Order: sequence, then structure tokens, then C-alpha cells
Amino acid sequence: MLKKIKFLIFGSLLLSLMVAPVSAEHGEVPSTCSLTALDGTPVDNLQELQGKVIYVDFWASWCPPCVRSFPFLSQLDHDLKDQGLQVIGINLDEKIGDAESFLEQYPVDFTIALDASKQCATDFGVIAMPSSYIIDRKGTIRHIHRGFRSEEAKDLRLAIEYLLTEPL
Amino acid sequence: MKSDLFHGPRRKAYLRMIKSTKFAVILLLLIMCLGVSGCVSVAPWERGILAKPHMAIVQNPVQNKVRAHNYSSREAGAPVNASGGGGGCGCF
Repeated sequence: MLKKIKFLIFGSLLLSLMVAPVSAEHGEVPSTCSLTALDGTPVDNLQELQGKVIYVDFWASWCPPCVRSFPFLSQLDHDLKDQGLQVIGINLDEKIGDAESFLEQYPVDFTIALDASKQCATDFGVIAMPSSYIIDRKGTIRHIHRGFRSEEAKDLRLAIEYLLTEPL
Repeated sequence: MKSDLFHGPRRKAYLRMIKSTKFAVILLLLIMCLGVSGCVSVAPWERGILAKPHMAIVQNPVQNKVRAHNYSSREAGAPVNASGGGGGCGCF
């Protein structure tokens, strides 16, 4: 009897491990990201941007900290684009219309992409909104930042500036 | 002749009962396991509706706090949001 119970508990633990999501953490960029622009046209694959420092930001229009992070992202894009920074805001809204009306209200200059299948977010292991991944010139995820508070912006910027100074 | 639970003719019935209890416990555990697997986690991008203000458990946190303050001070009960006893004076 005890053996059977032990077996059941062990089995259910094993099952729960099997369904646990696999996240990107610090490592290579998932290759399964098929991103499109809001109108459906495909955009550059993240792998094709190798050689640049990429700031990937997963956002949604309903998420207040995402909205607060947008001026910071715009500023980053404006200041560091020439040094090789690429800011990509990947929208995860369930209705594209929400994202479109949001962007009409708060227009941005950096690249906005759409992850319609949410496969990219799943492979990156997004567990919070917003989630930011800073990828270095070699294509390795170096920083993961979840949530956004304005006082953290300075440290994030320093980290990006450091990565920009690294040679390819 | 002995005829208690562990000896004699009632022994068979007793063993049968143990067996069916075992079966019931295992069945229960299996059903519980099924229940555990029924808990799905909501992906962060599916929380748009949950994030709306009217989905909050406490919709008006400030109003709730004021009410709790009034209640505990006017009713001379144990205060909810302050230490010390409530005197009914409304002062905190």
C-alpha cells in the first residue's frame, strides 16, 4: 500500500516536471520566433540581427508598466541606435486592434513586431509583463528584466551601454 | 472455537473489506492526481481581462480602508488598521 502511494506521488511529481515550461534564461535566442509587423508582413528574424545589441521587450496594451516603459525604450532607440542597438517591442495582445489603437495614441519610433502564435514568448519563457531580454552582439541573452520601474531604467541603460562597447 | 475478526468465518469478510478500502483509497488518490493536472497556469499574455480594475478583489481600496477605520473607531471594537484598543472616540 505504502509502496503504491509512494509510486503515485513520485509519478505525479514526474508528470508535473514534464509539463513545466522550458524558458530561455541566459543563453541562445530561440530560433522559432516568427515575427510579423502589425499589418502581417514578416519582419527580420532575431538571428538575422546578429552583430547588433538587441533589446527585446514583450508588451501588451493593457499592461500599465509596459506603457510606462515606452518613453524609456524610445529614448534608448533614439540615443543608441547609431551605436548598434536595436529595440524591438513584441506585442502580445490577444486582439491586434488593441495594439493598433494603443500605438495610435502613443506612437513610437522603434520596431514593433507581433507574435501572433505566442510561440516566441513561450520559447523565451515570458512569465511577466513586460519582460525584456537584452541580447549581445554574439546572439546570447545576457540580461532578463521582468516588470518595469522607472528607477531601474538607469541600470538597464548602463547594461546596454556596456554591451555596446563589447566587440563582435 | 474462536470467532473474532482475525479468526474463523469473519476473517474472509474482514480481508474483503480491507481490499475494497485499499481500492477506494487508490481510486481517490488517482482522482486527486487528475484534479491537480486540471490546474492550468494562465499565460502572462492572457491576463488582459484579469488586469482590468473591475476584476480586482478589492475594487476601492481607499474607500475600504476609510470604512474599516470608521467601523473600528466608532464601534469601539478592536481596531483593524491600527494598534491599541478602540475607545469609540474616533481618534487614532
